[in-house]
Amino acid sequence: MEQTVSYTLDSTLETVDHAEEKATRIATELGFGEDEVMQISMAVREGAVNAVLHGNAYAPDKKVILAFERTSEDLVITIRDQGKGIDLSGIPNPLAPENLLKTSGRGIFLMRSFMDAVEIRPSQTGTEIKLIKHVRGSSAAGKEGSQ
Amino acid sequence: MSMKLSTRQVDGVTIVDASGRITLGEGSVLMRDTVRDLLAKGNKKIILNLGDVNYIDSSGIGELVSAYTTTKNQGGELKLLHLTKKVHDLLQITKLYTVFDVKDDEAAAVKAFK
Repeated sequence: MEQTVSYTLDSTLETVDHAEEKATRIATELGFGEDEVMQISMAVREGAVNAVLHGNAYAPDKKVILAFERTSEDLVITIRDQGKGIDLSGIPNPLAPENLLKTSGRGIFLMRSFMDAVEIRPSQTGTEIKLIKHVRGSSAAGKEGSQ
Repeated sequence: MSMKLSTRQVDGVTIVDASGRITLGEGSVLMRDTVRDLLAKGNKKIILNLGDVNYIDSSGIGELVSAYTTTKNQGGELKLLHLTKKVHDLLQITKLYTVFDVKDDEAAAVKAFK
């Protein structure tokens, strides 16, 4: 994978599947293990769902920008929509007893569960989600493995 | 792989055998329609066999919750059978594992209905 690759995608359900497929391929190429690949691809899927549905609301004139960047220590995935910006304060805790049986509202929670860090920046011109996964298997993993 | 569902009857219990992915779109809609159709026809003892479900996203989790609550609200009962590790782990981290009645054995699951 090059240092950074980015895609401009339509606000469709197909984009959600494509985003997941790209994440799976890139994470695999970068040497992540099977479980981590699944976590990364699922986090990207949830981010794409957020962008297509809640951000752009399927608007045909609005795009989803998906970018993968390999830094020295991390895989950083950016998903940006062109919606009105999500209201983070309006998202209830899906683990609270009163919310357990709600049929939605788990996307951001799953992203946070599966990634090492998640940054969400809503603005009036859209929401940007950064999904960060530390790349193991380099120096850090080597040290762990030699102990 | 898209989702496939088929239903069968065992001792008055409807078993829905699901395979593939329960995700936003077709998979979620198919699950919702199938459970609603069963309830409308009076089948209120339902087992969702998820043994061949290899992937589920937050929408799919929402559909499982919806199937559970819809069945319960209509006086029925819904159990989950044969969770794959991925689905099991997802239900654990979302704290739904203890909400659902999860079974590993089909015969025991059928017997467990009152």
